[in-house]
Amino acid sequence: MVVFLSSKPSRETFIRSLVDLLRKAETRLSDDVVNAIKKAETSEESPVAKSQLQAILKNIEIAKTHGVPICQDTGILIFFVELGSEFRPDFDLEAAIREASALATEEIPLRPNAVDPLTRKNSGDNTGNGIPDINWKLVPGKQLKITVAPKGAGSENMSALRMMNPTEVEGIKKFVLETVTSAGGMPCPPLTLGIGIGGSFDKSARLAKEALLEPLDSPMNEFEKEILEAVNALGIGCMGLGGSTTALAVRVRTAHCHTASLPVALNIQCWANRHASIVFGGDE
Amino acid sequence: MEWHLKTPLSPEDVEKLEAGDIVYISGEILTARDEAHAHILEFAENGVELPFSLEGAVIYHCGPLMQQAGGRKAEEEKEREEGKEEKSGWKVVSAGPTTSGRMSKMTPPLLEAHKVRAVIGKGGMKNVSEAMKDKCVYLAYTGGCAALAAELIKEVKTVHWLDLGMPEAVWVLGVEEFGPLIVGIDSKGRDIFTEVRKKAEKVLAEMEN
Repeated sequence: MVVFLSSKPSRETFIRSLVDLLRKAETRLSDDVVNAIKKAETSEESPVAKSQLQAILKNIEIAKTHGVPICQDTGILIFFVELGSEFRPDFDLEAAIREASALATEEIPLRPNAVDPLTRKNSGDNTGNGIPDINWKLVPGKQLKITVAPKGAGSENMSALRMMNPTEVEGIKKFVLETVTSAGGMPCPPLTLGIGIGGSFDKSARLAKEALLEPLDSPMNEFEKEILEAVNALGIGCMGLGGSTTALAVRVRTAHCHTASLPVALNIQCWANRHASIVFGGDE
Repeated sequence: MEWHLKTPLSPEDVEKLEAGDIVYISGEILTARDEAHAHILEFAENGVELPFSLEGAVIYHCGPLMQQAGGRKAEEEKEREEGKEEKSGWKVVSAGPTTSGRMSKMTPPLLEAHKVRAVIGKGGMKNVSEAMKDKCVYLAYTGGCAALAAELIKEVKTVHWLDLGMPEAVWVLGVEEFGPLIVGIDSKGRDIFTEVRKKAEKVLAEMEN
């Protein structure tokens, strides 16, 4: 879901547009995700799994119709910003993104999820030290593109990262299968699996998260298909109650890494694969 | 089988449920997740009475998203907590189940201290079927289906321990035909989630050979 706004925004318009963007991301799933879930429901043979997929589709409809969040875990807010080198904002973008997050929390509303990691004290407005998580990328051009991907804890908690032995490339699939098996129904399958391979310890995790933003209807490569097929053969099914669709898609992203390293990160996404984008300032 | 139950639940209500059955619940359910569980256990350890009853209770692993009808601030609501007869002034926006696995360790002592008859959540629980035997069931509600759940919650009766934060507080909810819930763990020790996981482990082992 991408919205285009041709003129360069004022601070006020920018914040208002981000609140709208967050509302969209939290209350509607994009067509590629809904279609993938519908396809899973049609092909499912287990009556229990089918009932769960039907409840999911009903829930998606209710959220869309009433404009309420799809899931009560409205996530922590993760932003991906692509800032064009010729886009010159006349206000502090980061401060404005933080302000929009707090405003959206009150208006939509979103569940306040951000807590201090040690005292567990809730900030009350989804902002805090390092939250929202804003990832900056400088790109050529005149545009500013912002994607928001709210991420719930159920699936995030089941994600894993392993520094593998460089000679263990064949073990990547096994690592994914073991992680998905031990997660069972906890991350709310049917899942999307984002796999980041290479880079460094932290870069592999970022690659895995970015992989989850890819549309579910774009074609998978052979490696991704092989993993998807094996994951679905496990029979974990919707919500871990058994069934034929445990994952809807597998997305792999790679980066060159140290010759002595093989970082592999698996970011697990629940069925509610929420994200939305907006592009500012294309016309100038 | 399909069952329509009313709270508080009796041991007989629970005994007849079999893994795989579908259940709808009407009456009252209480939300409790990580912090509320820790609090309940602390109260039990110190022999202090809870501000709510768990006799025949249904616990819902849920950290709801609530909104105050009149736009009052949370601090004011905390003060109002004393006058429990009053309408809570809160409404449910979104209230799906949270991952029950996090409450796995705290559930056996909870069932030891209180006569909780059903636990609603998502994803199943590890090592609780023994503690649930003859007294409690685990009911699976579709994860993420928070908008659907909110439609079935007719009333927010009251809230306890709001100082723990909105998701961690204990919300007392009036529900009608809350479901469909799948009996994931019955009171005879059958556990669908463990069965599915064991099967997956077997498939995985075969793939490696």
